[in-house]
Amino acid sequence: MTDIPAKPAVSSASSGSVLLTLMKARTFIALIAVLVFFSIAAPNFLSTANLILMAKHVALNAFLAMGMTFVIITGGIDLSVGSIVGLCGMVAGYLVLNGIDLQIGYTLYFNVFEIALITLAVGILIGAVNGLLITRLNVAPFIATLGVLYVSRGLALLSSDGRTFPNLVGKPELGTTGFGYLGAGRLLGLPVSIWILIVVALGAAYLAKYTPLGRHIFAVGGNERAARISGVRVNMVKMFVYMFSGFCAAIVGLIISSELMASHPATGESFELNAIAAAVLGGTSMSGGRGTIGGTIVGAFVIGILSDGLVMMGVSSFWQMVIKGLVIIVAVVVDQAQRRLQQRVTLMQMAKAG
Amino acid sequence: MGATGHDVILKLEDVSKVYSGTVAVKRANFEVRKGAVNVLVGENGAGKSTLMKIIAGVEQPTAGRILLEGKEVSFSSSGDAMNRGIGMVFQELNLFGNMSVAENIFATREITNRFRKIDRKAQERRAAEFLERLEAGIRPDMLVEDLRIGQQQLVEIAKAVSLDARILIMDEPTSALSAAEVEILFKVIADLKARGVAIVYISHRLEELIRIGDYITVLRDGRITGQEEMKNVDTQWIVRQMIGSDAKDFAKADGHVPGEEIFRAEEICLPRATGGLAVDHVSLSLRAGEILGIYGLMGAGRSELFDCIMGRHGQATGEIFIAGRQVRERDTTRRIRRGLALIPEDRQREGLVSILSVASNLTLASLSRFARLFHISGADERQAVTGMVRELAIKVADPAQEVSSLSGGNQQKVVIGKALLTGPKVLLMDEPSRGIDVGAKADVFRTMRRLSRDGLGILFATSDLDEVMALSDRIAVMSNGKLTGMFDRAEATEAAIVAASALGHGPVPHTENNAHD
Repeated sequence: MTDIPAKPAVSSASSGSVLLTLMKARTFIALIAVLVFFSIAAPNFLSTANLILMAKHVALNAFLAMGMTFVIITGGIDLSVGSIVGLCGMVAGYLVLNGIDLQIGYTLYFNVFEIALITLAVGILIGAVNGLLITRLNVAPFIATLGVLYVSRGLALLSSDGRTFPNLVGKPELGTTGFGYLGAGRLLGLPVSIWILIVVALGAAYLAKYTPLGRHIFAVGGNERAARISGVRVNMVKMFVYMFSGFCAAIVGLIISSELMASHPATGESFELNAIAAAVLGGTSMSGGRGTIGGTIVGAFVIGILSDGLVMMGVSSFWQMVIKGLVIIVAVVVDQAQRRLQQRVTLMQMAKAG
Repeated sequence: MGATGHDVILKLEDVSKVYSGTVAVKRANFEVRKGAVNVLVGENGAGKSTLMKIIAGVEQPTAGRILLEGKEVSFSSSGDAMNRGIGMVFQELNLFGNMSVAENIFATREITNRFRKIDRKAQERRAAEFLERLEAGIRPDMLVEDLRIGQQQLVEIAKAVSLDARILIMDEPTSALSAAEVEILFKVIADLKARGVAIVYISHRLEELIRIGDYITVLRDGRITGQEEMKNVDTQWIVRQMIGSDAKDFAKADGHVPGEEIFRAEEICLPRATGGLAVDHVSLSLRAGEILGIYGLMGAGRSELFDCIMGRHGQATGEIFIAGRQVRERDTTRRIRRGLALIPEDRQREGLVSILSVASNLTLASLSRFARLFHISGADERQAVTGMVRELAIKVADPAQEVSSLSGGNQQKVVIGKALLTGPKVLLMDEPSRGIDVGAKADVFRTMRRLSRDGLGILFATSDLDEVMALSDRIAVMSNGKLTGMFDRAEATEAAIVAASALGHGPVPHTENNAHD
């Protein structure tokens, strides 16, 4: 960000510095490690088809994790994203199949583009409910989003009496065809969902780094009172992060039902935990104020590749859970160690200089 | 040092401490004497607090030896030091707000009965004894978070006294105390001294040090620059050791004439949670280029008045005007845009986002100025940051550094810089010199003078009489939420101001009003 005057290279402190650099890049190193490991251990792992399949899996968690990252940076948490995924999938499926009955003998059908917009709006709206509960009614984020988790899941189940909306191909005469494009379509050889991920991720990273809103998100997480006195509209910032999280969840809901060409009301259960795990693995601090979109994306890839790779190796899903848990714990332990080491290296350099 | 009647109980030899960002203490040699008040002074960031934390076992020295009664010791933790009879009153309050006063005083030393159950009654009884000595009017079963900050400081002192320590370190114990509370503290100190306790006393208030100190040690930039018996030194000597040359106390007035009225508050009221009014029908007016000092004791309602003006309390009533136009906006964000800016009293909790960089903190309140549409222009922002760093003489190697790595005085300058970058017309400064050293104070005062010359209206709240007398063009006095006096500088006397600061608790008599208009 700022020009740092070139410091003379300190050779004896360099062993510490190298270790520090390694630790800073730990998520990235972990990513390379799992890639290398599985490409040796699992046959076909490096095939293009498999890589693209894995990327599509990872993308789902990465969307949720990005929304989660902003929420966590402000010092909050959003447990409702998994349920929003399920509810939004149901909304999309319902609209494709049934349209909206206007009760006057007409039924309104939307084209796929309009359905996508409505679904995204629903996700943002549920995020706004989270935000209002937290900012206006002073409900703790954990509780507010836990409540919304249950409500949304319940609504998703109610919408179909617990059944699946199957076969969302739509009818040409109603203009509701083409719903499968999001999940199965390709652009320049890459799945559409990956392109969407790239666009949203770049937008989110830009927002975090180069806009006043992004800076305010970090300030609110770092010191809410100071932010308020500095004129930051704290409530608006919080509203935004929960609405963005809802938006990301709606995207995931759309993509999943499009991939399956069906909407199932239980879709997205426990997705929120994977999203939190990816954010934490990517260096987001649960106490707020710290985190990056890039780190979170890498974190999502580590978790996703790990579980897909283990599946390919035929490791039992029970062991997968154990391994995933250990990876998260190790990540946070290394994070703490890095902070301590960073201090020590600075001290050594200063002691040399002064 | 001359012959003395006091034995050395603790000795530091060539002690150094290095932190990230600074070498806090460089090869310090320091002696603590029994039955005496050992005073330690120095500018902010000079290393006083660090040196004391080393003695109290909170920090471990990077190099050097600690000798307790001639034997080398090393403390692994503050509990370790406490077991050897060293207690400390910390500068930043280390209390548990969610616990009672008694529970705080006996934290980690709980009084228990046979079954390891905490004996609450006994704790409260013992706590009451210590509190009584401090005449603070604090009940031991009160929650700490319900106490005023001055009272919290007294609890912290009671806690340290209750340790029965042989060495008691007090790091700025009076920073939040009223004059009467300071007198009581001094009585307690005299009592401890008579019982042979060695007291290490840190403060920025020179007159205090000269009054109660027996030995004085001066630190500058982590080095000890002078050690003397107090009776051999005077203020000039102390200041010379502290900053290397004789200090000018306050920036001189330059004699510019204030302009038109830039700010007016009418009938500001704020209800107190416990009933009554924290701010009681306060009206005042301020002219461009004028410095209006608001004097008052702790709890007089100065900070609350500022909070009302900034729109931090929804339930506040009254009207404010900037340059004759009423400010109808009720939220802080839009009031800042109208030209109001606050420098809060509590830097750590309200002034700074400590995990962000110096640069991010500086521009936090004014980001929209550097944004085109929604894109922050990096070049514009950098330029503003370097400009402000230079203008306020903030000592920082790289603005990308975390703001928490700066000394208190420099942190305060960052808070001021943040307010100035919003382009304010009226600056509200709440205790702008609290807890910062002589050098940084002089910088802050010079900045205030310069800003007023440039046409800013400045309201500043202080409980320091010298400060309010030296800096203000006019002086307002608050007491118990009411405005109880308004003096032109030419006519103000210390006696009149002090008298007015006690008026609020009775019916308000008609005070001589020398205000403009």
